[in-house]
Amino acid sequence: MIRRNPLVLGNKNYQDVTDDICSLVETVPPPQYFLGVGAALALLGIFVVVQGMIAYYGMGLMGVNHPVGWGTDIVTFVFWIGIGHAGTLISAVLFLFRQKWRTSIARTAEAMTVFAVMTAGVFPLLHTGRPWLAYWLLPYPNQRGPLWVNFRSPLVWDVFAVSTYATVSIVFWYIGMVPDLATIRDRAKNKWRQRIYGVLSLGWRGTARNWNHYEMVYMLLAGLSTPLVLSVHSIVSFDFAVASLPGWHTTIFPPYFVAGAIFSGFAMVVTLMSILRELVPVFKNYITLDHMEAMNKIIMCTGLLVGYAYGSEFFIAWYSGNAYEQFTFVNRAFGPMGWSYWIMVTCNVLIPQVFWFRWFRRNIPAMFVVSIFVNIGMWFERFVITVTSLHRDFLPANWGSWVATVFDYGAIFGSFGLFFTLFLLYLRLLPAISIAEVKTVLTVGHEGDSHGHH
Amino acid sequence: MDIIEKLIQKARPQGKRGIAGLWTDEHKMVDAARSVRESGVKNFEAISPFPLHGIDDAMGIPFSFIPWVTFVFGILGLSFGTWFTWWASAKDWPIIIGGKPMWSLPAFVPIMFELTILFGALSSVGALIFICGLPKVDPPIIDPALSSHKFGIFVPTDSTGYNAANLEKIFRDHGAVEVKQAEF
Repeated sequence: MIRRNPLVLGNKNYQDVTDDICSLVETVPPPQYFLGVGAALALLGIFVVVQGMIAYYGMGLMGVNHPVGWGTDIVTFVFWIGIGHAGTLISAVLFLFRQKWRTSIARTAEAMTVFAVMTAGVFPLLHTGRPWLAYWLLPYPNQRGPLWVNFRSPLVWDVFAVSTYATVSIVFWYIGMVPDLATIRDRAKNKWRQRIYGVLSLGWRGTARNWNHYEMVYMLLAGLSTPLVLSVHSIVSFDFAVASLPGWHTTIFPPYFVAGAIFSGFAMVVTLMSILRELVPVFKNYITLDHMEAMNKIIMCTGLLVGYAYGSEFFIAWYSGNAYEQFTFVNRAFGPMGWSYWIMVTCNVLIPQVFWFRWFRRNIPAMFVVSIFVNIGMWFERFVITVTSLHRDFLPANWGSWVATVFDYGAIFGSFGLFFTLFLLYLRLLPAISIAEVKTVLTVGHEGDSHGHH
Repeated sequence: MDIIEKLIQKARPQGKRGIAGLWTDEHKMVDAARSVRESGVKNFEAISPFPLHGIDDAMGIPFSFIPWVTFVFGILGLSFGTWFTWWASAKDWPIIIGGKPMWSLPAFVPIMFELTILFGALSSVGALIFICGLPKVDPPIIDPALSSHKFGIFVPTDSTGYNAANLEKIFRDHGAVEVKQAEF
């Protein structure tokens, strides 16, 4: 029989698992951690100032103008929403496929989803120009008729999709954490820690009857999240595809966007996990090179899928015989903004090809560099789709350009401050690996061990 | 400080007295649970830090009914989405947009779909919280290790077929590392 590689290294028993994972919550972090939090808070400060000024003075501070009315805000919104998708893919889709290796990375990936969606949510609200009226996006009884939102608009679909996604992701993440919060509560030596985690754990006690319902709900949420995550990026793509603009109006968009979302999300998971393994050495036993290799294979596969989509778009533009469609695509690659197209192709299609080689798939610095390139490339993919399609369309009056201002840069880089502040706080305040779930996969790879292991 | 302590005392659920056995090996605990059930005891609890395979069978726990809640609320969400988009767009204030029909069903599918998922997911979690009696304020726990690396069985004194001496023997025979009187 071919033996499987263990999912958890170091021959851990149940108590070791509890101790290892709880130690992050129960000990004072090292100085590097506070340096990281400080850096994240500095970026967050920039983000708050920049978005505050945009809210106060107006959208004119950013690069958007006629004809490019959708700029950094929309591009970065799609970027962060896409990042979130890998978390749901790992926590829900791989769960349904009984991929046990997902267990030790699911919690952190799901946290990434929640924080990425929170970060993404800021952008469309600021993009409206009057974020204090954002509640107009919801259908609520009002004194103007009542006048309802236009349910035929993809932008309203997006409001429903993203808010449902955020709600279900947070609930899924939290319910998954409840037993682990109870573990921290039961171990607490400090009265306040016991109280706070006691409240968060809802008083969970892990009786067999409760576990029975709990496992069922976990599976149901995974089953509901799977079509949900596919629908979210499909609906985000409808924001573009339902418009009749060449370069946007294509039927390939939903699968193309979903593949791109998984691609970018896995790249972000690899980025975060590479850092996490260095920051918390004990986690190397739980997030092993096998995990990283599996994710790198998914990155390569989805990278090929988006590469196929890029090619397919060009083929269809030529095959359609439509002059506007053909012009848009030639302009996209060879026009004044062609540089962004080639950044995208290099980062998303060419660079991930190194993962054909095992050495790159299992080398942490190498995969870290590739994952950063993929993150950059996927931001540029959304830039290419949004800006190059808008900057030249049917009429001469609609020909123009787009130049980033300091506020565009502030919004893009500042959003990482929001994301990393939340992420770093999460690492030290909540159980970063599922304590309960990991205990169920300790035997993988130890089948037939005659002694010593549970 | 004192006020919080008093509030916790007030809200704390009253635990039952009973006998508890603790194990470090989950397989032995599952076997013990089966023996406890076969000895005629009803209404006892098995406590574990993670879901155990075979415990449902050993204790005779039925298949969870929560999928039915999900199904019913999912259908409700779908119906609500269908009705509301129709009512808002075609009934309450009909406006022609893009020359489309007032009740343009395909355009409403995303809303209907998202509400199906939202209702299904939230109702499932609501059912879980309700059926598990959560939230509980600082409920009595038998041993803090039961959420880490130990496995326990608790039989309350008011349980049918309760017999402390007999239960202790069953626990010990199945390799319990500790047997004690407890509140749960």
